[in-house]
Amino acid sequence: MVADAAPSVMPVQAARPSTGLQVRAWLARRSEAVAIPVAAAVAGFLLFGVFLLALGKSPLQLVDLVYRAGFGSSFALGNSLQRAAPLLFTALCVALPARLGLVVIGGEGAIVLGGLAAAAFAQPLAAFPAVIAIPLMALAAAFAGAVWIGSVGWLQAYRGVNATISSLLLSYIAIAIANHLIEGPLRDPTSLNKPSTLPIGDAFMLPPMPVIGVHWGLGCGVIACILAYILMDRTTLGFAARIAGGNVRAAQIQGLPVGRLIVGFTALGGVFAALAGFFEVAAVQGTANGTLVAGYGYTGILVAFLARQNPIAIIPVAILLGGIEASSGLIQRRMQLPDATVLVLEGLLFLIVLMSETLYGRFKIFSPHLWQAKAETMPAPAASAAA
Amino acid sequence: MEPDAPATGAIGVETIGMTKRFGAFTALDDVSMKIEPGGFHALLGENGAGKSTLVKCVMGFYAPTSGSVLVDGREAEITNPKGAQARGLGMVYQHFTLVPSLTGAENLVISRADAPAILHWSSERAALADFMGRMPFKLNLDRPVAELAAGEKQKLEIVKQLYLKARFLILDEPTSVLTPAEAEEVLGLLRAMTDRGDLSVLMISHKFREVETFARSLSVLRRGKLVGGGAVGVLSRDDMAAMMIGERTTRTIAARLGEPDPEREILRVEKVTATDVSGLRHIAIDDLRVRAREIVGIAGVSGNGQKELADVLGGQIRATGGRVVVAGTPYTGKRVESRSRRVRFIPEEPLRNACAPRMSVAENLAFRAFDRRGDDPQKPPTLWLDKGAMSRRAKDLIARFKVKTASSEAPIATLSGGNVQRAVLARELTDPVDLLIVVNPCFGLDFAAVSEIRNRIVAARNGGAAVLLISEDLDEILELSDRIVVMSEGRLVYETLAAEAEVGAIGQHMAGHH
Repeated sequence: MVADAAPSVMPVQAARPSTGLQVRAWLARRSEAVAIPVAAAVAGFLLFGVFLLALGKSPLQLVDLVYRAGFGSSFALGNSLQRAAPLLFTALCVALPARLGLVVIGGEGAIVLGGLAAAAFAQPLAAFPAVIAIPLMALAAAFAGAVWIGSVGWLQAYRGVNATISSLLLSYIAIAIANHLIEGPLRDPTSLNKPSTLPIGDAFMLPPMPVIGVHWGLGCGVIACILAYILMDRTTLGFAARIAGGNVRAAQIQGLPVGRLIVGFTALGGVFAALAGFFEVAAVQGTANGTLVAGYGYTGILVAFLARQNPIAIIPVAILLGGIEASSGLIQRRMQLPDATVLVLEGLLFLIVLMSETLYGRFKIFSPHLWQAKAETMPAPAASAAA
Repeated sequence: MEPDAPATGAIGVETIGMTKRFGAFTALDDVSMKIEPGGFHALLGENGAGKSTLVKCVMGFYAPTSGSVLVDGREAEITNPKGAQARGLGMVYQHFTLVPSLTGAENLVISRADAPAILHWSSERAALADFMGRMPFKLNLDRPVAELAAGEKQKLEIVKQLYLKARFLILDEPTSVLTPAEAEEVLGLLRAMTDRGDLSVLMISHKFREVETFARSLSVLRRGKLVGGGAVGVLSRDDMAAMMIGERTTRTIAARLGEPDPEREILRVEKVTATDVSGLRHIAIDDLRVRAREIVGIAGVSGNGQKELADVLGGQIRATGGRVVVAGTPYTGKRVESRSRRVRFIPEEPLRNACAPRMSVAENLAFRAFDRRGDDPQKPPTLWLDKGAMSRRAKDLIARFKVKTASSEAPIATLSGGNVQRAVLARELTDPVDLLIVVNPCFGLDFAAVSEIRNRIVAARNGGAAVLLISEDLDEILELSDRIVVMSEGRLVYETLAAEAEVGAIGQHMAGHH
């Protein structure tokens, strides 16, 4: 299915005007990184359509509902963007360690600890003005996330513990700790049905961003993605991390501090995931409670993989996934489908994206050699063949 | 296992005109060799001489390009290891193939092709006890394999083959994991079995002493050809070493210009001890020195600690004792150290050890210098990645070192082995070098690439660099070195000036005679 879908996307790159062999070869190589995930996503949606047909539902109605509930009105768009905000951060918690070759799936734990730290620090800071208190709350959250996910990196680098497993297990531990504190020492006695910490207070609540009306988590998330891109792509630190991710032996032989790079980048990933928790508390809930465990950490994994661990690509993918999640209520009501339907879609997408990872380098059309060879033997036809 | 299997007793094996080509490379060239029933035959040769290829063809792992195998005097078409087993051929590998968590008895029973789905352990045990009663090897089959010592595991591997009714046993360097006493015992018992006519043995070995003590006849392979052989006792050690190593024809490469500088000692390895990751191999290097404008070649048979020495020098494993000194101060392989003291390390198998295969050629070419600020090692590394400079430098290096690649943006894994090595040399040898450490630099490369790469190494030396060349290719060592050191069983056992080197003496030390 993926293979079938790929050719429909490819002509996009070939149709561009080519000014030379290098440009064409460069385009061929770069377009692979766009075409394959897009084709995989399309294949995932098609497969989900088959699933809906099997249930006797109309896939087109679902597309219509996702569009209307996710992006159709300014209210719907705002709702989608609000859901996209934490996904931006949690996807970074996957994408940064991924550059070092680690699959970290424990962002959920860092969100919860980040949110809890922010809420817990709000009380002792109550006497301070918001300008001072809010950054300190964010700092507390960031610190908690850095320690939590940084320890995943430490365990991997210095003790050889698999980062995927340790991050998942540490995430359970983090949620258990948070539950214990929220239901115990930090519980607001007036929160009866829904155990929560004391509210952080209206003074410390973040205002919505101007114009868009969505909370600041979105803006900060977008900035975080851009900064992460610059870090990975434009700094020597990011380059060193990519060497270590590309081949740890080569990095060691170059004398690069592999262990410190791993701890540093996982800790930074943890900072981002924890900031998602901070914004959920300081901009949405006003208190830390069970709603922090909303699965943003897990959806973030899907976002990062769909974006091929590229921080810039995370932005549109997170908004798309935010829209799909925002529409789940309407889908449930209008199509009489269970709430878990959206999870089925996400699961299918994830599986197909993971499968598509094996397709890179398989399609000749993306090979720069092909385009160069064509141009050598037949100067003109490369462009006409694409049209 | 039926107590009285129909076919017992040793069988003979003969290869006729065995040839195996891998592409243009001839690994095995028209080898005809006969092992009599009840024989104990040793197969000698250097790394890459074709010993493993030959036995793999016999065992059906490889389909020979031409040639055939006679088992017990009849032509046998063996297409897979199962077929070999059915004809009574068994092989014991260098590495253990037992299941560590199972006991010896369980390992034996599950290895049987005809083991039933439901095992009757009482009858199996009785059969095993009966079988072991007829074996010279005494083993406790009720202990998990993981608890057994290496010698016992090796015995169990052999017993497993005999249990599978092997009447012709191939041993691939069987004693490389054993202590001398264990080796003595295992080979002694096997020799006794061949004397009784129960078994024939073909043993791959590097160790002359073993061959002289236990084998009855031997063959020597060199570069895929059978170059000699005969009865043990007739051939002297010098004969064997000469056959193994052959006439050395030195190819013409750039002459070494100038003499090593006795005043400038660049590398000193003092009493360094280290253990590899598995904890099995130990090295102890008492004293190794390399001076400026000198190539010191470390010769040795694969697996005698060269890899561990290289890993210590490259900072991949930590020495458990002693120290490495470069230019007068201790050296641990950190980036600041290698930069300020101009140390370059070129590991073996460059694509696997020195490159990130999926990153581009340009990026791989930048590994050493991407964070350098103005070529000054004293300045702190820069934070911003200068992609323009990276790309310009890559294009320059690709042109200067004639790296054949579709573009500087192509993943380095798409290059041929010779071009990967050219790219690595381009990266490591462009700026002034004081110490160059290279491991098997030409392994698997074609003739032209080999000459070019060796020339580059000599050029670095002529430019004043101290070069430590660790190589399993004795030709390469003889061709390039000013001084030759032989490494055996984790130690440096012999040293000679290249000008005075005697190949026979080097070969003997490589084979473990000091």
